[in-house]
Amino acid sequence: MDLHTFLIQLLNGVQYGLLLFLVASGLTLVFGIMGIINVAHGSFYMIGAYLAWSLTARLGSFWIAVPAAIVVAAAVGVLLEWLVIRRLYDRDHLYQVLLTYGLILVFEEMRSLLWGDDVRGVPVPASLGSSIPLTETLSYPVYRLFISGVCLAVALLIVWVIQKTRLGMIIRAGSVDRQMVQALGIDVHALYRVVFAAGITLAAFAGMVSAPVSAIAPGMGNPVLIVCFVIIVIGGMGSVKGAMLASLLIGLVDTFGKVVHVEIGGLHVLPELSSMTVYLLMAVVLLWRPEGIFGRRA
Amino acid sequence: MSRSAVALVACIVALALVPLFAEKFYVQFFAKIIIMAILAMSLDLLLGYAGLVSFGHAAFYGAAGYALALATPQFQAASFWTSLPLAVAASALLALAIGFFVVRTRGIYFIMVTLAFAQMLFFLFYDTKIAGGNDGIYIDARPVADIAGWRPFSLDDYRHVYWLALAFLAAVYVLLRTVLRSPFGRAIAGIRVNEQRMISLGYATFRYKLACFVLSGAIAGIAGYLAAVQFGVVNPETLGWHLSAAVMMMVILGGMGTLLGPVLGAAAWMLLELGLQGLPDAGGVNLGKHWQLFMGLFIVVATLVLPHGIVGLARSLRRPAERSLDKLGTNDGLGTNDG
Repeated sequence: MDLHTFLIQLLNGVQYGLLLFLVASGLTLVFGIMGIINVAHGSFYMIGAYLAWSLTARLGSFWIAVPAAIVVAAAVGVLLEWLVIRRLYDRDHLYQVLLTYGLILVFEEMRSLLWGDDVRGVPVPASLGSSIPLTETLSYPVYRLFISGVCLAVALLIVWVIQKTRLGMIIRAGSVDRQMVQALGIDVHALYRVVFAAGITLAAFAGMVSAPVSAIAPGMGNPVLIVCFVIIVIGGMGSVKGAMLASLLIGLVDTFGKVVHVEIGGLHVLPELSSMTVYLLMAVVLLWRPEGIFGRRA
Repeated sequence: MSRSAVALVACIVALALVPLFAEKFYVQFFAKIIIMAILAMSLDLLLGYAGLVSFGHAAFYGAAGYALALATPQFQAASFWTSLPLAVAASALLALAIGFFVVRTRGIYFIMVTLAFAQMLFFLFYDTKIAGGNDGIYIDARPVADIAGWRPFSLDDYRHVYWLALAFLAAVYVLLRTVLRSPFGRAIAGIRVNEQRMISLGYATFRYKLACFVLSGAIAGIAGYLAAVQFGVVNPETLGWHLSAAVMMMVILGGMGTLLGPVLGAAAWMLLELGLQGLPDAGGVNLGKHWQLFMGLFIVVATLVLPHGIVGLARSLRRPAERSLDKLGTNDGLGTNDG
């Protein structure tokens, strides 16, 4: 592998990792603050991508479609929290998993009824459609750099909100002692509604920004959900810092696993088994730190 | 024999008579329910008794099917007597390997890690050329059960498959009942209720949980083997998380922490699935094609209103009869415990 290919794959890995971080951070925040494991989180990645496709076609511009899609996703989040999720706060994780799994089936079929089962695509916005030439034959698309930049900005926004704002202070307090926060006169239920809506909007937003460079297809959220589980196991549940580190790690391991050729004893190991590399990484972390790199001991 | 044991034997005898008068479709459908009941029972050992919420149970079911498919020589039949132990051993070994990692975790991590490892196996078969990739693999000839020229039963006969599955269901029931009433079963229940206390009492809880995980995986392997025999085909979906979730739902629907609950849950789930798939068109939309929408809504509602399943519902409706139900080996579950 020459330097240019390495550089391109490095950028791809970082971009994929940052995108995964958006999805994983929503999942980890909802769990860390509300104690809810939302298996349907990946569905919102899919819904975000389909919203971006549908609204771009309807409104004529990707740049108008994305803000509109964010509003729709947040509204769905608020509605969903009010309808079902709030009934799960006192229930065992088992029931949370089952109920939100049921939601996956509902969302998949609604997607099928509303938007059909075909694979869709969104064109890359013209203003970001160019590529930066690296050598005579290799170049890097600007839109992918844009994704990395946006994801990084959102990541910083999350950290700023949680660490520096009054809302973040309440969120942190709520995750430690819910009753005390309630006793201080803060409406915890309203807080949870905001956190849940924000969490799934993060997943949907990841689906939106990646829509122009990915195939928008049925079930596209499921692999993302499972990779996010791996990220959270590695990073530590509820830790935004851990989610960031693990996302980048997974992004790089997955990307390089697909392009590096490794043979052991004449058998092709990579890239043939590249889809297993992230799970092997998880297995190693489990032996080393079962509660994740930045996890608190349960 | 107690009254409940007589009732149970009567049920099994009645089920054994089904192939004598039912049509082929229904016999095969019932066999499918029985196979799912074995799988659900094995999962309940983890969910209801050990308190280990496994979201990757299909891995052990699918692994046994793949073991049979890979052990079957091309255009020839494998021996039932060697391929069954091989398939179950494959599932048990896989459970040992996965369990070695996952049993270190607890709660929410356990759920995510079991799912992740099961998906790893799914991708192994989905992405590579092993056993036909994502198309799956056909088992050209069903295993033969010959012993020195004598054939006690033929797996090519759908009725024999049904009876075999029913025999295994009864055997698994007796096995699990025995295990759960043994000191091992008591220790498992103790770990579910308070693991720290069990550790302080000197129990090596890691080993107990791992043993439980392996036993559960091996029984899931029996179900997977029977399913592969019945359908004659194995594909990555048999390892997938949709099956894992469906089995979890069967356990919850029937009644977690009881042995008969998963059986009832499997029957209810399969009947519901069959019913929903047969839904007619309405307003230009083929409802049967979108049956999963109704299944999803059903799951949402059922988890909210039926947390203790059918057995729990029956108990709350018939409080006075609770004691006789307990004698069916269901005394460990539903939040009450005697540990």
